[in-house]
Amino acid sequence: MAEGAGEEKKKFSIWDLPDVPVGQLPPHLELQRSRVSCNKDAPIHTESIQYSGAYASMGIDNSSRLDRFSNNFRVEVVRLNEDDMEFDMIGIDAAIANSFRRILIAELPTMAIEKVLIANNTSIIQDEVLAHRLGLVPIRVDPRLFDYLSENDQPNEKNTVVFKLHVQCKRGSPRITVKSDALKWLPNGSELVKETRNATSDSSSKPETYTYFGCSQETIPEFVKNPIIPKYPDIIIAKLGPGQEIELEAHAVKGIGKTHAKWSPVATAWYRMLPEVVLLEDIEDDLAEELKSKCPVNVFDIEDLGKGRRRATVARPRACTLCRECIRGDDWEKRVALRRVKDHFIFTIESTGALPPEVLFTEAVKILEDKCERVISELS
Amino acid sequence: MEHGSFTDNSAATFSLTDEDHTIANAVRFTLNQDPRVTFCGYSIPHPSEAQVNIRVQTTGDPAREVLKDACQNLMLMYRHVRCTFDKAVEHFKASNAVKALKIDSQDSSGDDSEESE
Repeated sequence: MAEGAGEEKKKFSIWDLPDVPVGQLPPHLELQRSRVSCNKDAPIHTESIQYSGAYASMGIDNSSRLDRFSNNFRVEVVRLNEDDMEFDMIGIDAAIANSFRRILIAELPTMAIEKVLIANNTSIIQDEVLAHRLGLVPIRVDPRLFDYLSENDQPNEKNTVVFKLHVQCKRGSPRITVKSDALKWLPNGSELVKETRNATSDSSSKPETYTYFGCSQETIPEFVKNPIIPKYPDIIIAKLGPGQEIELEAHAVKGIGKTHAKWSPVATAWYRMLPEVVLLEDIEDDLAEELKSKCPVNVFDIEDLGKGRRRATVARPRACTLCRECIRGDDWEKRVALRRVKDHFIFTIESTGALPPEVLFTEAVKILEDKCERVISELS
Repeated sequence: MEHGSFTDNSAATFSLTDEDHTIANAVRFTLNQDPRVTFCGYSIPHPSEAQVNIRVQTTGDPAREVLKDACQNLMLMYRHVRCTFDKAVEHFKASNAVKALKIDSQDSSGDDSEESE
């Protein structure tokens, strides 16, 4: 590096340089490789340096072999409820993290109402609007117990869940609101009888309905004490005035979010990189107070140094929302550096209720493994 | 589907159907980590069709083998992620159960069934 040598002659002798440990990058390159610097106008160094030979001229191997990945990779769960979870993944790349997010949103199967057979609808909600709203109601059932229903299949107990909705508002009574707890599960299948043109069909056999259930779904062990119901009983589906009635049957099938968003098992799933706030110089007294008041999420704190002097410290970098208030104004960019750690991802998954969030993530990774296997088998 | 030269199999374009950015970006990442690869990238010819073209150029090894190795590596990575995640969730649940137990035992006698996790 010729310019480096020229500078050295002017400023200091080569022996004054701190030892760069062998096998590691010098600090400024390490910063470029592992941190996104969020400047006032735009972030820089956002791309991840993946190429294995990127630092070959410095003698450093940038390839991440599987053993190094396995040693460095860590998961830390911060919060885990029935409906949402937040966890940290340290040591992976944005490409892998994004693949998890995409699968969670679009390719995990769920059960949702697809076919609505309307026998009677005298409410002011149109048929198709009612059917659309029913499709969006999340159902509390494990989709792994069911199969997909394709066009050639008949709806049976292994691929369909049937619900019934029959609400009536009598004349003279006040208006009623139809909520999702009015959906009743029919474990024996459809009750609407199909009209058969065949007049000579024997009347002794059971009338043909829209589903062909071989056995009642109540006999399946998972559903013995757990009836299938919508996850939230207070979702408003329709409103009825006096004299109006809704009678319908809804069939729920298995599908993935790619086809329609009603089959997405997460309310949403997102990730962000861990923020890193660094004070480039000591910020004291009045400047420290100013800095602390600037931040809307209280990232900074004041510590007392004694003798009335105070200093600003970074107390909660994780809460930083990157609003860049702390580097707005003159000179602040020289004092505070906002960065993001490129391989530390804070994932949040909010489930709609069919499956708990940790199961959702495990299923997503299983789907990704299957995809890889499919690609490998296509290649061989 | 592989498009390449019959004589030189160190460079090829692989066309995958029914795939999108999800798997293509992840495969490109693992391909880049392999020191045998000189060039790799992916493109989606048209967003309405679910087709991905992955281009691999290597330093002499057959491109097909290198891609297969990259996919294997990716699969092992995913497996490792799954195991680590499951362990972390179990650890979190166990430590939460212990905390709940400690709070409970201050009020009333502790519930032993929670401890069995």
